[in-house]
Amino acid sequence: MLGLNSKDTSLLLVVAALTMLAPFILNPFPEGSELAQFNAGYPDLMQRFVIFGIFAIGFNILFGLTGYLSFGHAAFLGVGSYGAIWMMKLVTLNVIPAIIMAVIFAGLFAVVVGYISLRRSGIYFSILTLAFAQMSYALAYSVLTPITGGETGLQLKSTDNPIFNNLAEGEIGRASLFGMDMRTSFELEAGAWLFTFNVGYYIAAVFMLLAFYMSIRIFRSPFGMMLRAVKSNQNRLSYTGLNAKPYTLAAFVISGMYAGLAGGLLVAMDTQVGPERMFWTASGEVVLMTILGGAGTLIGPVLGAGMIKYMENIISKINDNILHQWFAWMPDGLEDFTVFLIHPFIGKGWHLTLGIVFMLVVIFLPGGLVEGGQRIGRMLKGRKKTSGGDGDPEHHPKPAPHVAE
Amino acid sequence: MSNTSLTRRGLLKSSAVAGAGLAVPTIFTASSASAFTNEPTGGSVTLGFNVPQSGPYADEGADELRAYELAVEHLNGGGDGGMINTFSSKTLDGTGILGKKVEYVTGDTQTKSDAARASAKSMIEKDGAIMITGGSSSGVAVAVQALCQEAGVIFMAGLTHSNDTTGKDKKANGFRHFFNSYMSGAALAPILQANYGSDRKAYHLTADYNWGYTTEEAVRTSTEAVGWETVAAVKTPLTQTDFSSYIAPVLQTDADVLVLNHYGGNMVNSLTNAVQFGLRDKLVNGKNFEIVVPLYSRLMARGAGANVKGIFGSTNWHWSLQDEGSQAFVRSFGTKYGFPPSQAAHTCYVQALLYADAVNRAGSFNPCAVGEALEGFEFDGMGNGPTLYRAEDHQCFKDVLVVKGKENPTSEFDLLEIVEITPVSQVTYDASIFGGELGACNPGA
Amino acid sequence: MEAIILQILNGLDKGSAYALIALGLTLIFGTLGVVNFAHGALFMIGAFCAVILQRLLSLSHQVVDETRTDFLGNPLKVDVPYVYDWFGEAAGQAIINWSVPLAIVFSIPVMVAAGFAMERGLIKYFYKRPHADQILVTFGLAIVLQEIIKYFFGANPIPTPAPPAFTGSFDFGALIGLENIIYPYWRLVYFLFSMAIITAVFGFLQFTTFGMVVRAGMADRETVGLLGINIDKRFTIMFGLAAAVAGLAGVMYAPINSPNYHMGMDFLVLSFVVVVVGGMGSLPGAVLAGFLLGILESFASLPQVIDIIPGINQIIIYLVAIVILLTRPRGLMGRKGVMEE
Repeated sequence: MLGLNSKDTSLLLVVAALTMLAPFILNPFPEGSELAQFNAGYPDLMQRFVIFGIFAIGFNILFGLTGYLSFGHAAFLGVGSYGAIWMMKLVTLNVIPAIIMAVIFAGLFAVVVGYISLRRSGIYFSILTLAFAQMSYALAYSVLTPITGGETGLQLKSTDNPIFNNLAEGEIGRASLFGMDMRTSFELEAGAWLFTFNVGYYIAAVFMLLAFYMSIRIFRSPFGMMLRAVKSNQNRLSYTGLNAKPYTLAAFVISGMYAGLAGGLLVAMDTQVGPERMFWTASGEVVLMTILGGAGTLIGPVLGAGMIKYMENIISKINDNILHQWFAWMPDGLEDFTVFLIHPFIGKGWHLTLGIVFMLVVIFLPGGLVEGGQRIGRMLKGRKKTSGGDGDPEHHPKPAPHVAE
Repeated sequence: MSNTSLTRRGLLKSSAVAGAGLAVPTIFTASSASAFTNEPTGGSVTLGFNVPQSGPYADEGADELRAYELAVEHLNGGGDGGMINTFSSKTLDGTGILGKKVEYVTGDTQTKSDAARASAKSMIEKDGAIMITGGSSSGVAVAVQALCQEAGVIFMAGLTHSNDTTGKDKKANGFRHFFNSYMSGAALAPILQANYGSDRKAYHLTADYNWGYTTEEAVRTSTEAVGWETVAAVKTPLTQTDFSSYIAPVLQTDADVLVLNHYGGNMVNSLTNAVQFGLRDKLVNGKNFEIVVPLYSRLMARGAGANVKGIFGSTNWHWSLQDEGSQAFVRSFGTKYGFPPSQAAHTCYVQALLYADAVNRAGSFNPCAVGEALEGFEFDGMGNGPTLYRAEDHQCFKDVLVVKGKENPTSEFDLLEIVEITPVSQVTYDASIFGGELGACNPGA
Repeated sequence: MEAIILQILNGLDKGSAYALIALGLTLIFGTLGVVNFAHGALFMIGAFCAVILQRLLSLSHQVVDETRTDFLGNPLKVDVPYVYDWFGEAAGQAIINWSVPLAIVFSIPVMVAAGFAMERGLIKYFYKRPHADQILVTFGLAIVLQEIIKYFFGANPIPTPAPPAFTGSFDFGALIGLENIIYPYWRLVYFLFSMAIITAVFGFLQFTTFGMVVRAGMADRETVGLLGINIDKRFTIMFGLAAAVAGLAGVMYAPINSPNYHMGMDFLVLSFVVVVVGGMGSLPGAVLAGFLLGILESFASLPQVIDIIPGINQIIIYLVAIVILLTRPRGLMGRKGVMEE
């Protein structure tokens, strides 16, 4: 179907089903119950899952296939966001032109950065991309304040009057898709459960499915094969008379455009941009998402993105008060002791939990979360098959040669 | 079985009414049946405390959170009541807000506007918070304030000092109790003139972002008005940690005052570096070289150790104030946590109480009604003397403290001494000078 | 002229911090081939060695002073450090004041042990794993280490002043016949100290048998192994050495800027830039790049320079890194084939 083999088709269908049913899947606990704290099925977080999923899928096209580790990808996301918000401020509140603008801006910027950075490989490439991103961040925060809003960033204001919208005097514009407000939600009540279906989320989800489909096609195409050849041995490739640069540059720009798409969608969902979006920690985050999920696999980056965003938004909101509610059934002394034990890992300690998860995953699941899924799959299937799961069977991370060799 | 008015999360939470679902279109979570976003329908009301819990301002955030927890305790009738007893408005009686028990959710802003908005949105969309408050930087305050305006909830700003928050970025749904750059400048200039004379040459080091710009401008304008000359103003990157290469050029000029428009970690490092370079022992034009820090944070100033001694700055509030309200607050906070509250804790506590009182006076949680109750509200007994919440820009006008690093501190909290309580009349300005539009209040429905 | 000399001094001083961190990092990253994102955390832990020792030395018991009151109006409890009781107030205070130099001695065993523990317990299993896995595990470790420090010491900077003898500044200009070049003592101490460390590390690798084996191991690990030499054990020691260098850089840095839990992350990216600009696998390259970037950064923050090119002080390091990497493919002194894949 759609030019995919049966395995990829079923993977795509599974992902499609998961994203479309996310409001149900992410809200497994009844409203008002103590475990409702772990529900992630509210619009903002669902949107972030799919948007950062797009970002990581795009990053994986570059890193997973070519092995080029860009440490400045957040710059493309940021540039895309600035492009999108200016489009909304000046031209139209419709999100489609804003998103297109974001992709174009990020793509152009990626051409420049990629053209220069790809003259070097390995760590030298990583540092070049990092340098460009850090410069973008530093300038956006300070001297470019007239364009970027500096520290306070850009939001839609009552003084903005896009030329294709007739806003009333003093009205603050809202992002929309042909008149459909991004923030409109439909609520479904079933028993004690409450499910929220948000227009913005479904638009972002459709974009993610398209992005995911594109990524499968790239992985399976001759172009994708070429990129893998770059990763496995660039020298051999050049001995055969092929110039790898156009291929890697194309991969870099595609991946930059994915980042721009993510940036544009972020603005479409929540009309605000700040320069921290381009800081190196943001670039590092997408690297971590990809590796955590499983670099070079199709679904891994999306899982990694979901994992990190879930921890950031859910674990950080658990406070001692909530812990006391959970453990209220225990005897007083034991309750306090349990809360005391868990306290360092929740709320302000969510970073600690995140760090521990990183270490555990990489120590016990060398292929990332995807490998975890594969192992569970194998356990369920018994010992009949040796490989399988929902990952990308053709590609396994190869052991890196020791550098001192 | 279906009933649109029952799709409220608050009701579901409290009474667990089960109904077969009917999809109701809403914006955020305000359903068509309620008058405004997250209208509380059960026996409780949820407030969102959005403070930095990770990153450089985590300790300030922790102190803000302590203050909020104390405020909730007092609103629900626990503890000794703190400032409720000294507050000039008497609608708060320990029964929560409008008879509803106060509950709260917490989140981490990370001092990043994206993270802060994500956290605030989760409070509004998931937890049904009716008001968002907190924060420790102006970037975050402006971003969250804009979000609350869109969502139709009230935003009670925490620590944010930039003129922009109630200036060019002001919003009808946002309110700030904390003072701002302009007031710092206006309060400091006369004291500086009295202590250092009117014939001074100032050299500014300014953090290279919005807050730095407004602070530099405010201090510059007000000191130039008393006769000072500005020799140079150099911008320093936010991420700078070692300021030596910015301090050293000061030695080459004939400047005799260094103004550090830095906050938090930047201020600790630049001040430490300036003292290392012996600036304070220097004589220029026959005068002692002086250093000024326009905005003090006592929590952070601890990091600079003995270097703060004798250095002038301004602050919103300090625990050593002797008025009844401050003392009541210090007593309840100190008894509960064992140390005195910071200015961030104070402004957050006061904001929570002011919101609760405004709801009670308005008789409704509707953001527009609450906003109206706060606009032009005059109160006293909250630690800063008689205070006005100005209707035109939602900025509080009150006395500003000019402080100085204490020479002989008795404890690690006793770092600053109050030099002067600048009367409100001296720091009041015209609401239109910073531009921006308040717009109309948004109840979200 | 004075301004230029001052900025060179500042640059050397900044540069020595960069060079020390980069030196440790390049021992692990440039030679062992491990992408160590936890290196900044080692620097931070070094600085906290000074804080911890200061806290240990000023461990106190409380004495109630009836004449004064605390903020709640209760009688003031005054902390009296035990060292006051043991050595008298003046000598006791002197010991506390000297906690930073004392921490140098304290930090070496602590940091070497930390380095050993890291290598034996974790990194050893990652030599043959892809760089991506190394990034994830060391980043995780860095987060865990800094969160532990944050849990115990809070997020705010903690003052750790230099001993009173070194807190002031002196007239450097008088030495060379110029006026108005005031420079802090401690920064000069920092520069001399880092030069000593750098010399010691180079001497160790250059003139000892151990160093010779390690250098041979960097060049060709397998052959050295075939000669019957246990290179793994030596790599562990290298890791300890790198941790100690980072730690010492941190201890001595504590009086310059008060340590806080995220100072490691602040330096992390910069130290990677320094190592790569210096060239992968080159110790002299890392040191040279450290000083070069330090000096250029100092000059870019001169008001006269900022007036001409606004914002140059924000981006100078990255701009220089880009120019160097484009003109010299392997940084200043990089070896071919190291981390180029």
